[in-house]
Amino acid sequence: MSEASPVKAYALHLGVVGLLFVLSFLLPEYYHGLLARIMVLAVFAMGYNMLFGYVGLLSLGHAMFFAAGLYGAGLAVIQLGWSVPAAFAAGLACGVVVSLVIGLLALRTTGVAFMIVTMMFAQVFYLLILYFATWTGGDQGMVVPQPARVLSFGATSLELTNPTVRYMTALALFSIVLLVTLAIVRSRYGRVLVAIRENEERTKMLGYDTFSNKLAAVVISGIICAASGAAYALLFGYVGSSFASVQYSILPLLWVLLGGAATTLGPLIGTLFMYYVIDITSGYTSAYLLIVGIALILLVLFFPKGILGSIRQRWLGWLP
Amino acid sequence: MTDKNGFFDLSRSTLTRRTALKGLAAGAGLGLAPGFVRYSQAQSSAPIKIGFQSHRTGIGAAYGRWYEKTTAAAVKAINAAGGINGRQVEVIIEDDGTDPGRGAEVVGKFATQHKTDIVFGTLFSHVVIGSAPAAGENKMPYFVVSEGHHVASTKLNRYVFQPGITDVKSQIQSMAPWIAANAGKKVTQIFPDFAFGYDHRDYLPPALKAQGGEVIAQIAIPPTESSFTKYFPQIPAETEVIYHVMVGPAVLTFVKELGEFYGSNRPQLFGFIDSLEATDINSPGLEFLDGSHFWEGSPRYAQADDSEAQKAYRAAVGIDDNGAAVGDPKDVSTAAHMFGCWETLYVVKKAMEDAGYKGPEDRAKLVEATEALTEFAEGPEHPQGPKTFNGKIHQCFGIQNISKIEGGKLKVVHKTKIEDGLYEAEGDYTTQAL
Repeated sequence: MSEASPVKAYALHLGVVGLLFVLSFLLPEYYHGLLARIMVLAVFAMGYNMLFGYVGLLSLGHAMFFAAGLYGAGLAVIQLGWSVPAAFAAGLACGVVVSLVIGLLALRTTGVAFMIVTMMFAQVFYLLILYFATWTGGDQGMVVPQPARVLSFGATSLELTNPTVRYMTALALFSIVLLVTLAIVRSRYGRVLVAIRENEERTKMLGYDTFSNKLAAVVISGIICAASGAAYALLFGYVGSSFASVQYSILPLLWVLLGGAATTLGPLIGTLFMYYVIDITSGYTSAYLLIVGIALILLVLFFPKGILGSIRQRWLGWLP
Repeated sequence: MTDKNGFFDLSRSTLTRRTALKGLAAGAGLGLAPGFVRYSQAQSSAPIKIGFQSHRTGIGAAYGRWYEKTTAAAVKAINAAGGINGRQVEVIIEDDGTDPGRGAEVVGKFATQHKTDIVFGTLFSHVVIGSAPAAGENKMPYFVVSEGHHVASTKLNRYVFQPGITDVKSQIQSMAPWIAANAGKKVTQIFPDFAFGYDHRDYLPPALKAQGGEVIAQIAIPPTESSFTKYFPQIPAETEVIYHVMVGPAVLTFVKELGEFYGSNRPQLFGFIDSLEATDINSPGLEFLDGSHFWEGSPRYAQADDSEAQKAYRAAVGIDDNGAAVGDPKDVSTAAHMFGCWETLYVVKKAMEDAGYKGPEDRAKLVEATEALTEFAEGPEHPQGPKTFNGKIHQCFGIQNISKIEGGKLKVVHKTKIEDGLYEAEGDYTTQAL
């Protein structure tokens, strides 16, 4: 893999952000709304990719980080009446706490054990949401009231339920996370993470504290996923336990595998692809998950590194 | 019509070249405005589009299939009788996977892509709650058939209605007088440890207390549990009635193990048929339920005193006397709930006619017209029974059935009154802006 010049890499990413901005004015109403949701969930996938793609740690429990942000922000509004920025910050804080604790415990394991431990912690998190149903709404979940979903700047206020505001807010979050991710993976720290993925023992031997670096990666990944969850609660107005279920731990894995692990834009491509395949095929058959499954098998057979991963391998070696 | 002195008297006008050109330009303008023409046609002859948010896949699939059948039968009957406001009804189905996230997307799809007039038909509570914000934001009337208390709690929004099926709070409250008078006054509840169970946990004790009864123990069983024997010793010995509302695939194991625990000397059993919807009551392992009682919204088995409307409804939907699909006795319906689809569509019809509904621009009028409804008489449009409707909480109230399992069939032994299920409103949707 050759290294892209900073200008080339940032130009590509800014170009993608610009394209998404322009699409806001071109897309039909339905796809406009759908893309806003996809961008928020692509952030979730980018958080997952940070750990899975760059550190090589396959987690099956990332739904708990997403749900930490979702419930952190949602409950702050519903139960405490906090404003949108404060609630978003609360969601991020929950993500930091949960990912730090889980990281400290789960990183004592590697490989299959790490998968199982993260899955079990996520299951505990899910059951805790059900157990404290009085506050969390249990399996039914809760609605974040529409009047509370307003972003105020002095005398100006923006309603997050407005499709344009929602799209632009989702785009802002997506862009920030995309550029931060790009900066991280291009940084010295990012290279250490890749080194850990490729050969942890050798990285240790070179004098790096791999545990601390991995823990930092778990926390960064957790914060990004929590940001996605918090944004989901505030932009779409629903907080529910299904987002903490194992399905939502597997989905970001699929999105990342589809788009290309360890590629900065892969999570967006994967989420976009999966969403559209489901959206289109479910209109024709109730067996749409079968079609999704076949699509996944074909991708694994012909694009084992995912869409962008394969493109990078075959044609564009400089893709970050 | 002729009006020689008025506007239409062309004989008195002189057609100049300028007016002729103006007329041609206006005509061409109209011709080049297909949107306008389509719009005019849409108001007069295009079908009313109903977006059906169906649980085709996921945990609600058995319900979803029967909700679709009932909906298709109701739409066929409505269209055969001239449609709504003279327009045929078209149903567009989208699968929500019984998932609240996808549910919200589907509501958005109906509003912005299919551009349906309303969205209808959702059952599972978490999908309703997850989809409600999208309905409110798109100002899309959202008619659910869920039986959850979420609509009546007034915690959703002004666009969400449940006019065709009673809510669980009302159902539980209606059961209490019969339980206390006929089954026993000391009740132990066994329920799943999630929201469906919590409704029963929270609403039965006060309702029973008002009837001189008492809930002496509440046993919550985690949703992940697959064996129940270890919970049964928690049932107090003085229990006169076990009130059970276990749902999901584990219900067969639950009943079997309860039978093994008690043998032939058991307390009275009372349950909600939700546990056994789409399940043959004569399945192996369910013998222990013989002689026990169940709540049913609408009876699964044909009853001797069924009204003509009930008979016609069953024939239209295609269920036999045992509540299974005609021609396939193993395909047991979700009869206790699915009537709600039929009745809801007739409420929509009535409200659209009252509102003079022409298209999506009249959605606010439709909301107000629905809120103005007060009662639905028993008959072909409401075969389950008469209902009242509280427009402030967007919820209907109706009769409930208590059925006993006798000879492998559910026989209705008691019908409650509408008043048994009434309760104080917890809020008022009509104060919210449209």
